[in-house]
Amino acid sequence: MALSDFLLMRNELLLTLIAIIIVVAELAFSPQKQHKIVSMTLWLFFAITIAGFIPAAKGVLFGGMFHNSELTILMKNILNIAVLIVFIQSYSWIKKPENNYKIAEYFLLIVSTLIGMNFMISSGDFLMFYLGLELATIPVAALAAYDRYKNKSAEAGVKLILSSALSSAILLYGISMIYGSTGSIYFAEVVPRISSNPLQTLAFIFFFAGMAFKISLVPFHLWAADVYEGAPINITSYLSVVSKGAAVFIFTIILFTVFSPVMAMWKDVLYIISILTMTVGNLFALRQQNMKRFLAFSSIAQAGFILLGIIDGSQFGMTSVIYFVLIYVFSNLGAFGVVAAISNVTGKETMSDYNGFYRTNPKLSLVMMLSLFSLAGIPPVAGFFGKFFLFASAAHQGYYWLVFIAVLNATISLYYYLMPVKAMFINKSDSPIVFFRSDGMTRLGLLICVAGMVVVGFASAIYEYIRMLSFGG
Amino acid sequence: MNVLNLFILIPVLTMISIILAKEIRYVRVIAAIGMGCQLVLAAVLIFTYLAIRRAGNTDEMVLTQTLNWFPSLNITYAIGVDGISVAMIGLTSIVIFAGIFASWEVSDLTKEFFVSLILLSTGVFGFFISLDLFTMFLFYEVAVIPMYLLIGIWGSGPKEYSAMKLTIMLMGGSALLLVGILGIYFYSASDGGPLTFNILQIAKVHIPLVVQKFFFPFTFIGFGVLGALFPLHTWSPDGHASAPTAVSMLHAGVLMKLGGYGCFRIAMFLLPEAAHEMAWIFIILTATSVVYGAFGAIMQKDLKYINAYSSVSHCGLVLFALLMMNKTAMDGAIIQMISHGIMTALFFALIGMIYGRTHTRYIDEMGGLMKIIPFLAVCYVIGGLASLGLPGFSGFVAEMTIFVGAFQHADTFHRIVTIVVCSSIVITAVYILRVIGILLLGPIKNNNFLSFKDATWFEKISTVTLIAGITGIGLAPLWLSNMISGSLSHIIERLTM
Repeated sequence: MALSDFLLMRNELLLTLIAIIIVVAELAFSPQKQHKIVSMTLWLFFAITIAGFIPAAKGVLFGGMFHNSELTILMKNILNIAVLIVFIQSYSWIKKPENNYKIAEYFLLIVSTLIGMNFMISSGDFLMFYLGLELATIPVAALAAYDRYKNKSAEAGVKLILSSALSSAILLYGISMIYGSTGSIYFAEVVPRISSNPLQTLAFIFFFAGMAFKISLVPFHLWAADVYEGAPINITSYLSVVSKGAAVFIFTIILFTVFSPVMAMWKDVLYIISILTMTVGNLFALRQQNMKRFLAFSSIAQAGFILLGIIDGSQFGMTSVIYFVLIYVFSNLGAFGVVAAISNVTGKETMSDYNGFYRTNPKLSLVMMLSLFSLAGIPPVAGFFGKFFLFASAAHQGYYWLVFIAVLNATISLYYYLMPVKAMFINKSDSPIVFFRSDGMTRLGLLICVAGMVVVGFASAIYEYIRMLSFGG
Repeated sequence: MNVLNLFILIPVLTMISIILAKEIRYVRVIAAIGMGCQLVLAAVLIFTYLAIRRAGNTDEMVLTQTLNWFPSLNITYAIGVDGISVAMIGLTSIVIFAGIFASWEVSDLTKEFFVSLILLSTGVFGFFISLDLFTMFLFYEVAVIPMYLLIGIWGSGPKEYSAMKLTIMLMGGSALLLVGILGIYFYSASDGGPLTFNILQIAKVHIPLVVQKFFFPFTFIGFGVLGALFPLHTWSPDGHASAPTAVSMLHAGVLMKLGGYGCFRIAMFLLPEAAHEMAWIFIILTATSVVYGAFGAIMQKDLKYINAYSSVSHCGLVLFALLMMNKTAMDGAIIQMISHGIMTALFFALIGMIYGRTHTRYIDEMGGLMKIIPFLAVCYVIGGLASLGLPGFSGFVAEMTIFVGAFQHADTFHRIVTIVVCSSIVITAVYILRVIGILLLGPIKNNNFLSFKDATWFEKISTVTLIAGITGIGLAPLWLSNMISGSLSHIIERLTM
């Protein structure tokens, strides 16, 4: 391999390098100095995130297994930013004494899932895709069980590993059918041979079911709420933002390339699934009291909205999806960041604990409100733009009734997004959470989220840039 | 720079200064100065507009400016005004200015209150100057959402319920609206041009009738919810009753008009043929609003509920007149919007001031207020007389024009409906006079009331501003009517195509 080939894989290689450095550092540092890994990893990861923006060459490696383009780099950069925010937000949590002996694990596991996601996004055949997917999934189960002495966390780990093993099996079965019927696993070679014959339809359904597990679409969502609730908050936010975002990216790419000949078929499937996902996610979110479960169901509903962009099947649709995921990163991490900050200091995670929170902690409340508004799609924060373009993509295909159902769902979702706002701003409490000053890193994390929510919406240049890189039928 | 941008810039700067203000007492002063500038600016705008028209400019919109925003979707920041939007901007700046003074005594979370209130008005101003459906929709939502916090935090009574009901219903309306807007957008290329959100360009396109008929209900009902269209008006009485004074003023005075404005500027103007075909359905609904609202007001004992139902009735009349689709009636509709906007703001301001003293809003528990607080009582009587359409006040001009316009339709359906709607004049007189009789005249029922002080200086500023507005329109309706009629003829032209 020439140097230029290495440069094509620079994201993956740099991340691998970090993973190795973390392992070495854990061995090298004495137990008292383990916490140094935190700042070290943060700085290294910050460097990688910046490096991701250096323009890179397009190219194909390993005979088409791996390809790199501006679009994949954009997706990887979005994931990098999200992970960076997650790292920043988990700074104070990971430094707690009880986590001291497993600091390196946390970073190592997240970085390795990220490597998996990067390979998945860059994959040019189903083998690489599957490898990446597994690498992105299995360590997550270990992460979910991070607080392994807590029953719920251990339960989350087991649930995640079992359900993702099942979904991977189904997915693999689908891939094998594709291989059987087309004789190839390379995306480019598969495309011309895909039609809607029964075997390939079945293959598509299996593939779809497998992906639906990862994106937590209804009816494949049942693992999500329990896992999200059981896992430590920072890991939940990672799961609901980064894992889901990566899965959405690759799902979109594969639908738009490999399955483009049967677009009419998958549009029908997505039509129904998106209605189900939005509605069920919303209805369950309505009654949640635990903030983590609440955000879990809300993120299920958000996945339903994302499908509105995918269903468009055109360049506009892909743009809307990527743009929305970018906004979703900031909004959801903002909300999770506040929940984590409160939970770290007080251990409180129930909505009624938030009563009167604005009067004691106005800044955190405002960040929370902005994030929830962004998730609900209320201007002037970016969520409005993201949702509007998603709806517009579905309308672009003439699915006006789908848009109608979606906007009604958005209205329902507004109800529950207003509940925490009501708790913080309107409800009075005899014993509100007392004032606390969150540490610098938490504030930095939230500041990035707020900046993202404000800027990404109004700055149309970002949208136009994504549009330039997107493709579709 | 285009003067219209200032209508957004000034509120934004005011909000920033309020946030930065060190002491609470500065907050009100900053808010008052900011909105005072806005009022002056509105006056400047009116004169500028009249000057432009006198100079012979007959463009549909003047002072236009277009900036590309999302070029690939042809979303622009496009602004411009015609006579109608200038009048609405004038209305908004009067009401918000009076609203600031009416909420002079808000003591809980003062900063947040004024920021939310001004944010709301920013949305309204933005809506009225926009020519692009996307930005219009954006500003519409900006205007709705602060309402939740305003009612929820500073409201009274079952405020959490009312705030949620209002927000969800209005957002539901905007959900319908979104479908309508997207439909209009994707069919704006029906004539082979580019897709566009720009109203003026869409107005040149002929959208197929089937499509129009599909999207017209979405758009019209979407704005109709905000304009208290029966049966989607139920947020209004609860919302207005629970809201703090300034919010009721702004909401009944301006936001409900925003619904009416949207109905004709977007729904009817962009989908004219469907408007013709489907008008009868909405005429029946709006006629119901008018009569039902008036009867509702008779039954109520709570001052705010009375006024809220009366607003449902009057706003129904606005939509009714718009659907008559002739020049006289629509002229009346616009004047009614302005007139009712100021009048209802006056009512809500006075109710707030009375409530601040008596701590009750039930008319049965009060009486003889004329002897105790004569200034406020006289203002109330003026508002009442304007509301029941006494000549010399704005209400008369508006209702007279509307009914004359409605009678120009010679067919049986329109005649019957118009007669039914006319009956609301009588009913309105009943509830207005009843309230004045019990509340203001009559014996003093409660001796504690004797210690009340009459209006303070800031209350006087608030009420006098508004009264000047109603009498101004009442005595010289022609200048308003002249200003809007030129612009209206563009719309009528398209509607009667």
